[in-house]
Amino acid sequence: MDTPALEARRLTKYFDDPVRVQVLHDITFALGRGEFAAVVGKSGCGKSTLLYLLSTMDTVYEGELLIDGVPMRGKKEAELAHVRNAQIGFVFQFHYLLNEFTVLRNVMLPGEKLGKLSRAEIEHRAYEKLQLLGIESEAFKKPNQLSGGQKQRVAIARALINDPLIVMGDEPTGNLDKKNGEVVFDTFKELAETYHQALLIVTHDPEFAARTHRIIEMEDGRIINGASNQK
Amino acid sequence: MKLPLLYDVALALLRARGRQTLVAAIGVTFSITMFIALLSFMSGLNQLLDGLVLNRTPHVRLYNEVKPDPQQPVDRFTGPGPHNFIRSIKPADELPRIHNVAAILAALRRDPRVRGVAPKTQAQVFYNVGTIDLTGTVSGIDPEPETRLFAFGDYVVAGNPASLQTVPNSIILGKAAADLMLVGVGDVVQLTTVKGNRVQLKVVGLFQSGLLEVDKVQSYTSLATAQKLLGEANNYITDLQVKLHDFTLAPRLAKEYAQLYDVQAIDIQTANADFDTGSSIRTLISYVVGVTLLTVAGFGIYNILNMMIYEKMDTIAILKAVGFAGADVRRLFVAVALAIGLSGGGVGLLCGLGLSALIAQVPFHPASLPTVHYYPVNSDPIFYGIGAVFSVVTTYLAGFFPARKASQIDPVVIIRGK
Repeated sequence: MDTPALEARRLTKYFDDPVRVQVLHDITFALGRGEFAAVVGKSGCGKSTLLYLLSTMDTVYEGELLIDGVPMRGKKEAELAHVRNAQIGFVFQFHYLLNEFTVLRNVMLPGEKLGKLSRAEIEHRAYEKLQLLGIESEAFKKPNQLSGGQKQRVAIARALINDPLIVMGDEPTGNLDKKNGEVVFDTFKELAETYHQALLIVTHDPEFAARTHRIIEMEDGRIINGASNQK
Repeated sequence: MKLPLLYDVALALLRARGRQTLVAAIGVTFSITMFIALLSFMSGLNQLLDGLVLNRTPHVRLYNEVKPDPQQPVDRFTGPGPHNFIRSIKPADELPRIHNVAAILAALRRDPRVRGVAPKTQAQVFYNVGTIDLTGTVSGIDPEPETRLFAFGDYVVAGNPASLQTVPNSIILGKAAADLMLVGVGDVVQLTTVKGNRVQLKVVGLFQSGLLEVDKVQSYTSLATAQKLLGEANNYITDLQVKLHDFTLAPRLAKEYAQLYDVQAIDIQTANADFDTGSSIRTLISYVVGVTLLTVAGFGIYNILNMMIYEKMDTIAILKAVGFAGADVRRLFVAVALAIGLSGGGVGLLCGLGLSALIAQVPFHPASLPTVHYYPVNSDPIFYGIGAVFSVVTTYLAGFFPARKASQIDPVVIIRGK
């Protein structure tokens, strides 16, 4: 099998403030291409912390993190930013759209930052992504004119604009109603199965988790179930 | 591709805080406007006041003082050995003329450091007003170089200085003297020379230096007329007024000329020891005020950026999350600061130009400066250059520190905080 999209080797993380607390213990797992995994566990078990480590935004940790087989340790801040830009798509619980720009421009932003394609091409792709998520009719509105579900879908479109290797989500359906959550789930599933992108989604929703390919269960900073691929 | 994107985002941030941005930019505009207007006005005043001294005073004046010969006849007889004690030494019977003046004049005019030379012949006279004699000084001048080098024409308030040359036996009287004698242009005045000759001269102009004491006694004629008054030949010149290209060379050249031509020479720095102290202090004060204004404007920008960064934490966090590096975020906020600074500064330069033009229209009639009718303004492009550079530098500095702070924001902290 080819290199896993994401690989964690013995990741350990401490919080130093106010006292030294170990929040992650020897996290080791790998996520292949086209795999749709859900990370579940109780509040405070370290799910989000793990996700931010894996997203390269948090750089204070012990152990090894490999994205597409390339170790992330020792990379400079600007290099990590490039990795996030090109290889990781991130969807947060809160949408974090820029109200100053149109929906389309919000989706285009990471693409423009990557700068591989011309603006016209990026615009075309952004429109395609919005179509994929069924919100192309809102393309020229400002994000604050959209409903919560629409905003979240825009955020997903933004995460997809550079065709990232991995899409990560921190409770992307947490703020959505059942119907919108369904749309988001179907989109994720399609990404994994049709486009072979790896998905790693932190969720509290057991129903959501049950329908993914793989459940990674965490407790007290350890993976207690699902560290290796069952299928 | 990358930079225009950053500028787009910067522009969007500026638009989002439109009013505060405007206030910060107006702060810069105001400070640059005042900086330009203040410096232009101050420098105009300085030029005017310096001009009082610099325009009228020769950079080097060559003359011959009436003084006893340092080598008395007995010294020549005994040689350098013994000391001779002589009492009641008097100067030789000779007027203070410069010897061999034609050759000196020609040599000075060939000197590349010299901008021009104006010869002058001083004569003491009495103005006859009825039975009363007023003492006076007549300077025989060449009106063309005198006007060109020493702005003589500026102080002639009636008539034409060139008439001295074209009208024979003519005089330009001091305004105060003319008022005393109740004469005007076209009248004839009578002078008595120190040798007792009476001469009638036609008044072709009036002269006002602004110093009453000078205007009461001073008058001007052509060189030939002055020489005639003294009963001397046409090579009788008492002063050579030298104007240099670079007046800082004056002390050195004064020494050189004194030695070379065997005359007395005094330079402008010695003659007016303190003339530039006042102007340098005024300049210093205006720069200090200008820089203070700019610094205050800089704090304004610093404030708005800090506020913007606090408000836009989410934006910064998401920009970082989707792949903008810290350096990009820093560049973004520096661009915001520079946009405020450049727009405010640019408008400020224009307003400064306008304000100084306005000041130049304000009537101003100093008694001692008959040629000045408006406030003096010196619109030196250098001030605009300094203003532009300063506005960029202060806004850059004011933007740099908040921008650096923004670049160090940890997106995880912001995103997790929600």
